[in-house]
Amino acid sequence: MPFIPHTPDQVAAMLAVIGVEDIDDLFDEIPPELRAGELGGIPAALPEMEVGRLMAARARADGQPLCFIGAGAYDHHIPAAVWQLLSRGELYSAYTPYQAEASQGTLQILYEFQSMMTALTAMDVSNASLYDGASALAEAILMAVRANRQCKARRVLVPRALHPRYRAVARAIVGQPDIELVEVPYDAAGGHLTLEALAPLGDEPFAALVIPQPNFFGVLEEVEQLTDWAQARGALVIGVVNPVALALLSPPGEWGRRGADIACGEAQPLGMPLASGGPYAGFLCCKQALMRQLPGRIAGRTLDLEGKPGFTLTLQAREQHIRRSRATSNICTNQGLLVTAATIHLALLGAEGLERVAAACHANTRRLSASLCATEGVKPIFDRPIFHEQALGLPAPAADVLRSLAAHNILGGYDLGADYPELGAAILVCATELRADEEMDTYAAKLARIIATRSQARCPVEPKF
Amino acid sequence: MSQVPSELRYTKDHEWVRDNGDGTVTVGITDHAQEALGDLVFVEVPETGQLVAAGEACAVVESVKAASDIYSPLAGTVAEVNGTLADAPERINEDPYGEGWIFRLALADATAIGGLLEADAYARFLDD
Repeated sequence: MPFIPHTPDQVAAMLAVIGVEDIDDLFDEIPPELRAGELGGIPAALPEMEVGRLMAARARADGQPLCFIGAGAYDHHIPAAVWQLLSRGELYSAYTPYQAEASQGTLQILYEFQSMMTALTAMDVSNASLYDGASALAEAILMAVRANRQCKARRVLVPRALHPRYRAVARAIVGQPDIELVEVPYDAAGGHLTLEALAPLGDEPFAALVIPQPNFFGVLEEVEQLTDWAQARGALVIGVVNPVALALLSPPGEWGRRGADIACGEAQPLGMPLASGGPYAGFLCCKQALMRQLPGRIAGRTLDLEGKPGFTLTLQAREQHIRRSRATSNICTNQGLLVTAATIHLALLGAEGLERVAAACHANTRRLSASLCATEGVKPIFDRPIFHEQALGLPAPAADVLRSLAAHNILGGYDLGADYPELGAAILVCATELRADEEMDTYAAKLARIIATRSQARCPVEPKF
Repeated sequence: MSQVPSELRYTKDHEWVRDNGDGTVTVGITDHAQEALGDLVFVEVPETGQLVAAGEACAVVESVKAASDIYSPLAGTVAEVNGTLADAPERINEDPYGEGWIFRLALADATAIGGLLEADAYARFLDD
């Protein structure tokens, strides 16, 4: 059954009323070359048993490898209660309902999610989530350019040490409104953003500086001085933060003298499984002064006519169902189901639980890095403090080493070569709280053997996946 | 019936324009516009010194139901903005032609004001 429930007769009746012959005529203002044709390559429908067999076979092909990859999505423990509660009929929906106020429970969850995010980031306002961290950053950039009216510049400084996919998504989304993203190099020794690198770029006006904390290399940025530097030049500051790290690090709302203006990031580490890359959820928070520029849905708490507390969608006047093409954003669907997962996850962990998770990740990654670096030629690339990821240089081509590790059922890390060829043979490793000491020791032992073997002959083992 | 003071000029976008006689005009939204929008909760005024073209969106008024652009009726430079609206947007509802003014414009061409609607023409426009 198609999603649209109208019968052909109803459709014909509606078209007759408005005097249009065919539904396609309603879309004739969209040029033909932009319209999607029939989707090709979709196989015929299969019976359920057949699909079950197919999926089981594919799951076997994936195996259950030990995961030491982070790079933006993290393998955290998710309490069983999270997805058990989530599968209740009242919660099991991807969307904020259209008659939102009739679903008080959903709105209350969104309100609690927003409250948790503002508490974590120390910002004043949060929206009800966006698609993912990368699109949240793009929206943050659009917001900053809209909001920074003192500075007419449509130029935003973006560190090269920000997640490469986030940079690509931001470029794709903000390129059309003609916003220039200027790449700021990272320090070769520290892997971080320095005032020296920024100084030549700060002579011309810029609307905002993006500060990742930690950055893609896991390295901690000097957020205090970077924030003050940008704000002293009339620019806004956008913090791209890992929500788990915020349990230990100073929140964006407290960076520098005035705090960052906007904070955004990926909520995946809060109760969402890796799931081959999604769906995840993005969060976007800001200072009160910018709240009317904040796109997306915002749930608010209010009193009804009888004085009873209730929840409502608020600040909608600039959304697309009212402002059409002049809306603050036309990509502001929230991730209802995943936000519910994040809210339950955070509620179960509590502030103290989240802090323990963050501390365990940090300790595990340090331990892992130390044991991997016991192998000759394996060493940290940057000397700055890290959160729960570390870039390591290898004495052999990274892709080969990772393939050999995969043959041993170990996902050894993220190959930095494609995004950062200047680093040579380099991988990004991560050990979350899920990784046991023995697992890290296994990885270190296998790596030592692979490197040793490689220095004699090529590894003959073929990968299993 | 909404008020249409006779000494002002108007646009079909429901802005009013007061000729200050010194090459500047004051701009606001009409009684009809404020009534149609309902209770205003936020006004985003232009920047002082901002150059605007005639018909260019330069301010936003927001009610609980809608956000609408305010178009500059004439070309010029924004000379002054009503900063009190930031804390008291309801002034536009209470006194659209007085305390609820939005910005003052130094005209690029002082004669251009003659091209705007007179009160009776705007009143007829509202009737249609």
